[in-house]
Amino acid sequence: MIAAVLHTVLASGDAAGHAASSFPILPVTILLPVLGVFAILAVPSERGDLARLVALIATSAAGVMTFVVLAQFATGDAGFQFVSEATWIAALDIKFIVGVDGISLFLFVLTGLLFPISVLAAKPDHDPKGYYAWLTLLMAGCLGVFVALDLFLFFMFFEITLIPLYMLIGKWGHGRRVYAATKFFIFTMGGSALMLVSIIALAYLAKAGDASTIANISFDLQKVVASDAVSQGAARWIFAGFAIAFMVKTPVFPFHTWLPDAHTEAPTAGSVDLAGILLKLGTYGFLRYGLYLFPEASITFAPVMVVLGTIGIVYGGIVAAMQRNLKRLVAYSSVAHMGFAVVGLFALTSEGLTGSVLQMVNHGITTGALFILLGFLYKRRHTYEIDQLKGMQKVAPVFAGVFTVVMLASIGLPGLNGFVGEFLVLVGTYLAYPAVAIVAGFGVIIAALYLLWAYQRTFHGEPDDATKAMPDLRGSEKLIMVPLIGLIVFLGIYPKPVIERIEPSIDRVIEHVEAEVPGWSSPTSERGSQLAPVEGHGHDGEGGEGATHAADTEDHSSEGESQETGE
Amino acid sequence: MSAGILATMASVAQTGIEPISGPIGIEPISAPVDGAVPTPEITWAALLPLIILGLGGLLLLTLSSLLKRKAPRALYPIWTIATAVLAVASVVPVWAKVQGFNSILWWDFRDLWWQPATTAPGPFSTLGGAYGVDGFSLFVTVLICCAVILTTLLISGYLQREELDGPEPYALLLLAATGGVVMAGANDLIVLFLGLETISIAVYVLAASHLRRAQSQEAGLKYFILGGFSSAFFLYGIAMVYGATGTTNLVLIKSSLAESIPRHDLLLLVGFAMLLVGFGFKVAAVPFHSWSPDVYDGAPSPVVAFMASAVKVAGFAALVRVFVAGFGQYAADWQPLIYALAVLSLVVGSSLAIVQTNVKRTLAYSSISHAGFILIAVEAASETGTAAVLFYAAAYTFMVAGSFGVATLVGRAGDGRHSLDDYKGLGRTNPVLAGTLTIFLLAQAGVPFTVGFVAKFYAVIAAVQAGSAALGVVAMLSAVIAAFLYLRIIVAMYMAEGDDGGSDAPADPADHIHVPRPAAAALAICVLVTIGFGLFPGWLTDMAADSTVVLVEQGSTDASTALPGGQTLIVDDEGNLVPAGDGAVAPTEASDPSADPATGDGAVEAPQVQDPAAAEGTASVERP
Repeated sequence: MIAAVLHTVLASGDAAGHAASSFPILPVTILLPVLGVFAILAVPSERGDLARLVALIATSAAGVMTFVVLAQFATGDAGFQFVSEATWIAALDIKFIVGVDGISLFLFVLTGLLFPISVLAAKPDHDPKGYYAWLTLLMAGCLGVFVALDLFLFFMFFEITLIPLYMLIGKWGHGRRVYAATKFFIFTMGGSALMLVSIIALAYLAKAGDASTIANISFDLQKVVASDAVSQGAARWIFAGFAIAFMVKTPVFPFHTWLPDAHTEAPTAGSVDLAGILLKLGTYGFLRYGLYLFPEASITFAPVMVVLGTIGIVYGGIVAAMQRNLKRLVAYSSVAHMGFAVVGLFALTSEGLTGSVLQMVNHGITTGALFILLGFLYKRRHTYEIDQLKGMQKVAPVFAGVFTVVMLASIGLPGLNGFVGEFLVLVGTYLAYPAVAIVAGFGVIIAALYLLWAYQRTFHGEPDDATKAMPDLRGSEKLIMVPLIGLIVFLGIYPKPVIERIEPSIDRVIEHVEAEVPGWSSPTSERGSQLAPVEGHGHDGEGGEGATHAADTEDHSSEGESQETGE
Repeated sequence: MSAGILATMASVAQTGIEPISGPIGIEPISAPVDGAVPTPEITWAALLPLIILGLGGLLLLTLSSLLKRKAPRALYPIWTIATAVLAVASVVPVWAKVQGFNSILWWDFRDLWWQPATTAPGPFSTLGGAYGVDGFSLFVTVLICCAVILTTLLISGYLQREELDGPEPYALLLLAATGGVVMAGANDLIVLFLGLETISIAVYVLAASHLRRAQSQEAGLKYFILGGFSSAFFLYGIAMVYGATGTTNLVLIKSSLAESIPRHDLLLLVGFAMLLVGFGFKVAAVPFHSWSPDVYDGAPSPVVAFMASAVKVAGFAALVRVFVAGFGQYAADWQPLIYALAVLSLVVGSSLAIVQTNVKRTLAYSSISHAGFILIAVEAASETGTAAVLFYAAAYTFMVAGSFGVATLVGRAGDGRHSLDDYKGLGRTNPVLAGTLTIFLLAQAGVPFTVGFVAKFYAVIAAVQAGSAALGVVAMLSAVIAAFLYLRIIVAMYMAEGDDGGSDAPADPADHIHVPRPAAAALAICVLVTIGFGLFPGWLTDMAADSTVVLVEQGSTDASTALPGGQTLIVDDEGNLVPAGDGAVAPTEASDPSADPATGDGAVEAPQVQDPAAAEGTASVERP
């Protein structure tokens, strides 16, 4: 019964995807940057400007494609859209299968937005050809991760992002770049190593493939989800393997130690993409490959994850306040912000999950913008040390103004984008863990503390001689910031278009969890209907209620089912 | 070295079986009773790869002694490559026979002269059951030939650079390959030993072949002495197994183990352990690895490429044939040993690799850790495990040949510049070479979209399927440790301190490394395989999965041989090379021994006189 319902749900998603577009837009989007890499490699090494142009064209083309996907995305459809698939390794039922749903859509679009911007935002100090090639390749990897619907394919993309970023940090970074790059590589690869074994164990135990494969193995995400063959104990172990990989990537306390080093030493574009996109691989992974695949294990481990996420919020905030280096400060603030995403996710409420996805997108925009601004700063002053910066507001008012807006968004000021995600997360968390929501709420205050304090120390006061010589933002730099500031304000005032695309997919995941775990229901199911109209206006209220209904009936039938199948 | 010697050896091995009675108390399975020494029937076509390689080597020696110095420089490498290519070509019809299809692309095998000599399609054995011809042995044969081709391409420039030109290395390569092919197909422990010694002795000499480098001499001697010890262990192991089972033939050993349980199997277990010591030396598994860093460091770099690829491949092939196929019944007894070897190799290999400052030594330790990875696939003792071994071996052959190929070039004249310092700034002075090495190193580290990743993936699948997920975790974590060592080399090439922004300065022409054309070709092949099969591994995984190892008696073609582990090895006829409906025999017909293989498809026109007695004998042997 459950499997049948799921099958219908999944099939409808497929049908919608095929109906929406027969043009394989997602594979083409991933392929564009790859072609760009080859084009860059063909450029002679002296022509750094040409390499930059090619990189810009390739990343922008892919970026435009992501926006086409956004425009054609069917709002309210919870399933996967734009699905394309092709057999890859038949003997293991490994397929190249990609598709987007509300959860991945905005992360996909964010990737398409941030990469062209990061190409524009900073220039490497040497060997531009290699730099742009790696950066463009990184984009292909990031795009792939968010749309992969095959465990093997997901892992491939997840892992391939390591190499370009390793190279970017190690070769074009600052200071202790080799140390930072190696630490980053080893940490994340260590996590992935466990995940690979988990993926294989899952594919093997799920036995979702047909007889033509080795031991009925299948790596197709949707087939594996529909399988009931994995025992509860095994699922918990496998979940743990996935979880460690995602915890390292996110990063969740205590696996965060690689992040400040990597951020501090990375070149600007590396920092932007690391903070903006790559950290989301962890939380996105938790949603798609944690919660969706292992509902029972996720519920079991949820309290642990919520506590770790809360520790991350508070600890990240306190440590950020202590930093003397602006980049390190923003890096620790990322730990705190991603803590919100983790807490919201494992609150397992509709609001919390939606807020978590929103928080991922918002953090990508604001932290990406912050790192770009720090890149501008570094270009002028060649330092990130707070001690050496003073009174910049007087000499560079536009820079200060833009920095203020981005900073306030990062703090979570109402009316700017950071607020919406954090608010939803806190509401969702309150439904499940009221005490945690209160502690996490203090995180917002700590964020205000460390960011405003840093702003005060660097922008206020009388400028010293070095600062006086500092030019304000140039026209091109202002242009780069325009889309980011625009989004920060737009999403702060009118998040509905985003929420109404995310929510159906989130509700579908919650329904799936409720169907898979008899006797458990999301705290949203009882109280969600009161909140839904507030957040999502008419349409979402309907959707929410419908979902609740469906979940209720599902619940009953699944109880009967479980009694039957209990024998 | 030729098949004739083999045949003699085989018949000796076959007839030498005397019913032994005594403390062991095992009933002998079968022994020829007629007084005359029976001459085994020889399927020459199936031995063609072997004959071509062996004969090619011997003819090369003859030719060179006739021509003396008049031979053009390019003759020997071209001869060697041609021989290897010919050997690969001769594998194709045999492969088709084994896999049960009649044509590959436009090449129709039905009318070939040797076709009637054997019976139905499927794996078979020849030389009195001493040499098995199955997908497994053929796959390994091709792999070893590939290693010969790559090594030849690398060594030709090397010999010229080091002023060591001569036919000997090429002849030795071909003879070593002959030994490797014998090992891959040996269905008899004595024949296996013959192959082992052939490949070993040839490689001992190759290792010492740099006349003016003391380290090379030292490496050769060290390898020779330790290799001699390991051979002794191996031989002693054979004796023990013979003592316990009364035969050295793997088919008979297998059926003997399936039929009767020896009252005292201590002899057998000690035999297993001794054989494992021998194999452990050959594949450089911890704790039998101590020779490998010294030898890899000292031996000429292209020879190391051969040692790390072909010698290891042959060693693993024999290991799988003997243990997984032959001693499968006793898997529970030997699996813990392999488990321990695998864990030790993985952990020790990768841990010691990261403290090395010499790139060749680093790669030697990494090679040990790769051996550990292959061992986890062996430990699985399953069909998937065997396929994973083959896939890993194939992937590793190209990755390691490429890595040592670059090391050959960077070593420069004298073959001595192998420290990490010598790789500093390589990304600036020789971007293409550095990029190539980066690809091989990342592939060895198991980065996605390279063949190295798929190989690791396949090995872990085998481990998980066999219930050893813990072993998979150890393997992957040690791969992370190993990744550090590959990163160290990459860091040296691209990110060495003091190399900040130096790219705009023109590279010093003295730093530019001359890449001979053959070496460039070898590296290009390796890159193509590493990336190509990384992106599209389907074909290679299918090939590996089709290359099952099957032990069958002489005279019977058994397409479905039950392994004692409970897995049934069925010859998969759905080879990708065959277009649909092109005369492939349906699997059900091929796999059912009782059905007449000719009924389904008239295309199989070999006289199907499957000797009823032989079929009967096989059946009773397989299913006691």
